[in-house]
Amino acid sequence: MNKRILEMIGGRLAVAILSLFLVSLAVFFITELLPGDTAQELLGQAVTTEAAAQLRETLGLDRPAILRYFEWVFGLLTGDLGYSHVSDRPVASLVAERLPNSLTLAAITMAITIPLALGLGIFAAIWKGSIFDRAISSVAIMLVSFPEFMIATLLVMWLSVYLQWLPALSFIPATADFRTIVLAFIMPVSVLVFGSCSQMIRLSRAAIADAMATPYVEMAMLKGASRSRMVLRHALPNSVAPIVNSVALSMSGLLGGVIIVETVFNYPGLAKLMVDGVTTRDMPLIQTCSMIFCGFYLVLITAADIIAILSNPRLR
Amino acid sequence: MTVSAAPRRKLRFQIRPIAAICLAVVLFWAAVALFAPLLVHYPVGDMVSYDYFGPMSKEYWLGTDYLGRDIYSRLIVGARYTIGIAFVGLILAALIGVTLGLLAAAFGGVFDTILSRAIDTFVGIPNLLLALVIVAGGGSSIPILIGAITIIFFPGCYRFTRSMAVNVNALDFISVARARGEGNFYVMIHEILPNIVGPIMADLGLRFVHIILLLSGLSFLGLGVQPPNADWGAMVRENMIGISYGSPAVVVPSLALASLALAINLLIDNLPQRIRDQLE
Repeated sequence: MNKRILEMIGGRLAVAILSLFLVSLAVFFITELLPGDTAQELLGQAVTTEAAAQLRETLGLDRPAILRYFEWVFGLLTGDLGYSHVSDRPVASLVAERLPNSLTLAAITMAITIPLALGLGIFAAIWKGSIFDRAISSVAIMLVSFPEFMIATLLVMWLSVYLQWLPALSFIPATADFRTIVLAFIMPVSVLVFGSCSQMIRLSRAAIADAMATPYVEMAMLKGASRSRMVLRHALPNSVAPIVNSVALSMSGLLGGVIIVETVFNYPGLAKLMVDGVTTRDMPLIQTCSMIFCGFYLVLITAADIIAILSNPRLR
Repeated sequence: MTVSAAPRRKLRFQIRPIAAICLAVVLFWAAVALFAPLLVHYPVGDMVSYDYFGPMSKEYWLGTDYLGRDIYSRLIVGARYTIGIAFVGLILAALIGVTLGLLAAAFGGVFDTILSRAIDTFVGIPNLLLALVIVAGGGSSIPILIGAITIIFFPGCYRFTRSMAVNVNALDFISVARARGEGNFYVMIHEILPNIVGPIMADLGLRFVHIILLLSGLSFLGLGVQPPNADWGAMVRENMIGISYGSPAVVVPSLALASLALAINLLIDNLPQRIRDQLE
């Protein structure tokens, strides 16, 4: 590994940290647009101007926003995730309960989506113009057009209500056996796979098709290489960067999907916690959840960029 | 010396049948949204039947919903919310994004760098998450929803316009225009824009699909259009319990949404090759 690569990776990491900082600014100040709402929301029907002012003072909401921002960021950095006044518990304990569930869901989905989508995209590119390619492309464009909640509700209608094969909710009791757990995961994971694979199929197919149009692939063809050898040996290694990027970008869509899917199936994950937080205007909870999601997302994007840098043979 | 008029340009491409069908679907929904008040049978909030989740009938074309309201009327007005909010958001995002993109390409230099870096920040927040944060901070009123769409989607418009415009900006006829003393604004509007307007329209079409899916997702979570009004996403949400009765109340708005999104995507996928080449 040479100096230039290290410099590029260092630069990428610096950009990631800078964006995380800017994201924290955006998240904090957007959620603070309407001041005093937490106090009013907590008091509910019993709200009076004096009571709200009093509560605001107790909660420290009357101090300047910029000061509270720095306290909040400092808290996040030192592991203090804030206090949820709505549920009267530290945010950290709420998050600790839910985060592993969301990560499990996302990890299973990625473990299925990435090989499936890349495989389909690459084969579609190998047999470009064939019936297989056209079928895959049509299915991909359909899935891209369908909202996740529609796929989810139709699946529930068909598999839970009509056929009664699968449970409609994904609540998993602690004593559940393996079979129950698998059954509970089938529908949420399928919806997420449908939702996130289409973009990846389209982008990986396009990346390979681009590489197939280059002179070195033409050279390989003139040497008499087979079509699959041209793709796997020559085009694919040079398409790693755009493909990895497409995987990272579809993570944004996956997160959107997770938010919808956890709500539909009442799955006890972090996204459901955050949606409930928006309904109850639980600002500390929303802010912390947003930062956790953005943090994961930035880590994935940055990792993809670094893989793209490392995979570029011209830099070796 | 006589100057004859240039020969009239002909359309040099064929219109594929599938593109024509998709265009018809898009125009149909646009007309529905536009003329919604003339098409409804009952006021949107009125409970017109005692039969909850009633079947399709002569009186209630698409059945009734969980409160006994006419689904047909709600679907028509829902089209207005879904398409209207998304369209206004798209126009605002396009105005901001395309203008800034052209400015960045025409002026270049430090201005371009700073603007691009600043706008890149927004890309660090996934779309639906940013929408949740904005709605948490500002509430679910229609102006906030439109604002959220604008904030979420203008960075994409900016990046697309800028990358197209930078390519055009490097061509000879731009240098010629600059050499004869034209300013940046003239170059932007008269030289660059006409050359990239096709791909930008196609890109905006794709973005429109993302917007309606995002908006209806937000409404499906109960954080978009608020009762008693409903867009298509909110209609699916409020009738979720109808799933167990196989009620059309859940299926109809989903299908409406899917038909519109699919029609736009297929329409753009079947555009003349000349525009599609520039898109990629």
